[in-house]
Amino acid sequence: MEICRHNDQIEISELDPFLAELLRQIPASASPDGVSAAEERLFSSPTNGKEPELCAEWKQYVEPELRRLFQSATETVTADLEQLNGNEKSLVNRTLHIPAKHIDAWLNALNQARLVIAVKNNFTELELSDHFRSPIGSRRDLSLFQINFYGFLQEFILRELDG
Amino acid sequence: MSRERRRGVGCRAQDKDTERTTHVLDETGSVTTAEPTKETRSEEDLDLPWQVVVHNDPVNLMSYVTMVFQRVFGYPREKAEKHMLEVHQKGRSILWAGMREPAELYVQQLHGYLLLATLEKLS
Repeated sequence: MEICRHNDQIEISELDPFLAELLRQIPASASPDGVSAAEERLFSSPTNGKEPELCAEWKQYVEPELRRLFQSATETVTADLEQLNGNEKSLVNRTLHIPAKHIDAWLNALNQARLVIAVKNNFTELELSDHFRSPIGSRRDLSLFQINFYGFLQEFILRELDG
Repeated sequence: MSRERRRGVGCRAQDKDTERTTHVLDETGSVTTAEPTKETRSEEDLDLPWQVVVHNDPVNLMSYVTMVFQRVFGYPREKAEKHMLEVHQKGRSILWAGMREPAELYVQQLHGYLLLATLEKLS
């Protein structure tokens, strides 16, 4: 896989089917799927549970706005990922183009996905800082790899934003 | 957050009343003294400052957190990095302190970037 910036877009090229599939899983991975801990992480308390009146208003007025923001980000990413639709064979050496104006949506969706995966798997800080864990032998290993892969994409995008 | 809601949140508790005497110049050019009017000053003006606190999260990347601080608070990179390192090393950092309404808006923006941020009343 190669990743570079061309004019006003980011290109992820020479994508193998495995990494292409991980990319396609970003929107689904960002969904809390009714897991309350994941939901609580995405929509955390503004006062750590203190100030119940403020928390109640936050839930009523702010949370719906945050929900819309997060949904809009994953929808943008989903639309970009349509470039990868097709069977496994057709995914060999595919290139994904991310327009510069979608970069914020990608950063947000990648972050949602990383947070939700981490909460669902209850990863420890030690596991999350183990970037070289291998090989992928279990679903848990795969989830950790997914977090690190999405983190790598975020790092690249941030570096590009820095110019 | 709606303007109405923010007003509602900011102006809770009792208001402080102040009296002001108004002098009015009428059409004939004479000055009359109007009945004293009451001005209300919300407690928000007198309230203790609130602080915006960001808490450590092992998932968010350090570079991402730095970028968010630069964007939300307009901090230069050096200052944003200083706060990011404080969050990372001490578990929390106070990013801003002031009136409740802007503090709420900052926390809302930080939540939009998925950072763990809270409002705390300065004691």
